[in-house]
Amino acid sequence: MTAPVIEFRGVALDYPGPPPVTALKPCDLEIRQGEYVTVVGPSGSGKSTFLNLAGLLDLPSRGRYLLDGIDTAELADGARTALRGRRIGFVFQSFHLLPHRSAAENVALAMLYAPAQGHLGAADRRARAEAALAEVGLAHRAGALPSRMSGGERQRVAIARALVNRPSLLLCDEPTGNLDSATAESVLALLETLHAGGLTIVLITHDQQVAARAGRTVLIRDGVLREVAAV
Amino acid sequence: MRGTTKGIPRLGRRAPRGPVEPSRLPLRELVSEALAGVLQRPARSALTALGTVLGVGTLVAVLGLAATASAQIDSRFSVLSATEVTVEDTGGARPDLTPLSFPADADARVERLHGVEAAGVSWPVRLDDPTVRSSPVGDAAAGGAVPVLAASAGVLAAAQPHLAQGRVFDRWHEATGQRVAVIGSALAARLGITTLDTAPAVFIGQHAFTVIGIVDGVRRKSDLLLSVTVPSSTAERLWGAPTGDRATMLISTRIGAARQVAAEAAVALDPAHPENFKPVPPPDPRTLRSGVTSDLDQLFLLLAGICLAIGSVGIANTTLVAVLERTGEIGLRRALGARGRHITGQFLAESATLGLLGGLVGTSLGVLTVLAVVLARDWTPVVDPATVLAAPALGLVTGLVAGLYPAWRAARIEPAEALRR
Repeated sequence: MTAPVIEFRGVALDYPGPPPVTALKPCDLEIRQGEYVTVVGPSGSGKSTFLNLAGLLDLPSRGRYLLDGIDTAELADGARTALRGRRIGFVFQSFHLLPHRSAAENVALAMLYAPAQGHLGAADRRARAEAALAEVGLAHRAGALPSRMSGGERQRVAIARALVNRPSLLLCDEPTGNLDSATAESVLALLETLHAGGLTIVLITHDQQVAARAGRTVLIRDGVLREVAAV
Repeated sequence: MRGTTKGIPRLGRRAPRGPVEPSRLPLRELVSEALAGVLQRPARSALTALGTVLGVGTLVAVLGLAATASAQIDSRFSVLSATEVTVEDTGGARPDLTPLSFPADADARVERLHGVEAAGVSWPVRLDDPTVRSSPVGDAAAGGAVPVLAASAGVLAAAQPHLAQGRVFDRWHEATGQRVAVIGSALAARLGITTLDTAPAVFIGQHAFTVIGIVDGVRRKSDLLLSVTVPSSTAERLWGAPTGDRATMLISTRIGAARQVAAEAAVALDPAHPENFKPVPPPDPRTLRSGVTSDLDQLFLLLAGICLAIGSVGIANTTLVAVLERTGEIGLRRALGARGRHITGQFLAESATLGLLGGLVGTSLGVLTVLAVVLARDWTPVVDPATVLAAPALGLVTGLVAGLYPAWRAARIEPAEALRR
């Protein structure tokens, strides 16, 4: 059995309001290295809250969250930010590419905020970015601006950016939400290939067909998280 | 999936796990990001920096033009006014008993002082009938009441007259009491004197004087143009010592000597009674220059300050709008490991870069403005190198100050909130 990447122990998130709201009720969850997990649920159910907590973009109000065995509650803000940057890769529905930067520059941006020991020069960052783009099939588009790329290409650039630091976890928030079905299929195929290579993926979606492709599905409804039996 | 570049790990492979070190953004990378942020939106950056361009440009132009004008005032003042000393005859304790305190050899005494070019004594002659005519009888060629000026030869030398015709009288005329006169060109026209070839005469009362020179300009003592000027020895013999208005001495000096000459003149004229004379030196050129320019400096510096403040507000406003527009980018950077201080640093660096670029362009425009003015006015440009070096730095500081609040706002944006936009 592989080591756990995500460990939620009684994690909950409350918004003080008024009125006070519990966005995610206390839950336990363990996702191990190499797993491909989808998180499903209707709009407003708490999927984004889960993503923010798992991605260290938000802090739980209660409980403990261990990432790679590190208790994130004990980390100072700087260390938590560094942990997020080095061990979590994000893929968003709206890509979040900088419009004035080329594909390679967008990927290289992920290597900009590195600790002193691992800081790469611009040339090394560029080389790694181009290699990452080559792995997602975009070697020929390294110099292209996002505005000149298709939706599928943009999402592949975003995936390359998310993975260029070789994180422990890839968090995808509706990665196919803005894509047509053919392009969505190619992006999902890419994710599955990466998973086959050992990458841990957590994918948030409201699409049952997308959810069904993962080995494990978690349902969130009204802030309550529970496992769904494999279909 | 394609193959990887040699030496670069494949995607999906976890990096070796180790202790978590805080993220770091070296200054070089910060500047590079700021430059990229500015240069990727050139039109917006240019418009944002416009306020700083105007502010710094105005400042440099004002300081440059003020320095240039000061130098110009100094130059003209030195050439004309700063080389002129007048000595008034006060008559000492009993002026009624000594109508003329200047000794007969006053010109020679003062001209022996170091730095003196020429010196002479003059006084207006009081006449019962001051009418000047070009013929002894009749009204046809009457010049009317004209001031008569008794002057030593040194006065004419010190006044540096420009002669339309003839010459001025000299020490020989003075020593021998010649009845000669030098008149202004306007008076010559009124008297119908068009040429000196016929040795024309003017009649002051019953006394005839041969006109030997017609003056149409002087650098000093402009009353020579409106008077009939006769040798002081001749005037004293005909009409006596000065009555009413007392005599004065005009001294022309070399540049820089005037104040020293003024200090020594009274003793040179009469060592026993220097109190009989009141030398009037030219005002200190530094005082005059600062007096003329300080008002202008303050006014235009205020204007430049207002321009800079407007420029600063412009940068602050645009940077604040940029922060709001780029909320998604801020969220992304935070997700990629940027700390709040990195976001602060980036926006501060961008606004400082805009300020610096605005300062550089403004400095160039300010210097070009000074050059354009001096070329048009045929002046000598004087721009303090310290101003040229400090002005871009002022633009940078303006940009930094303007970026403080937007950068602070940017750093406070929660990444989760930012990524939802």
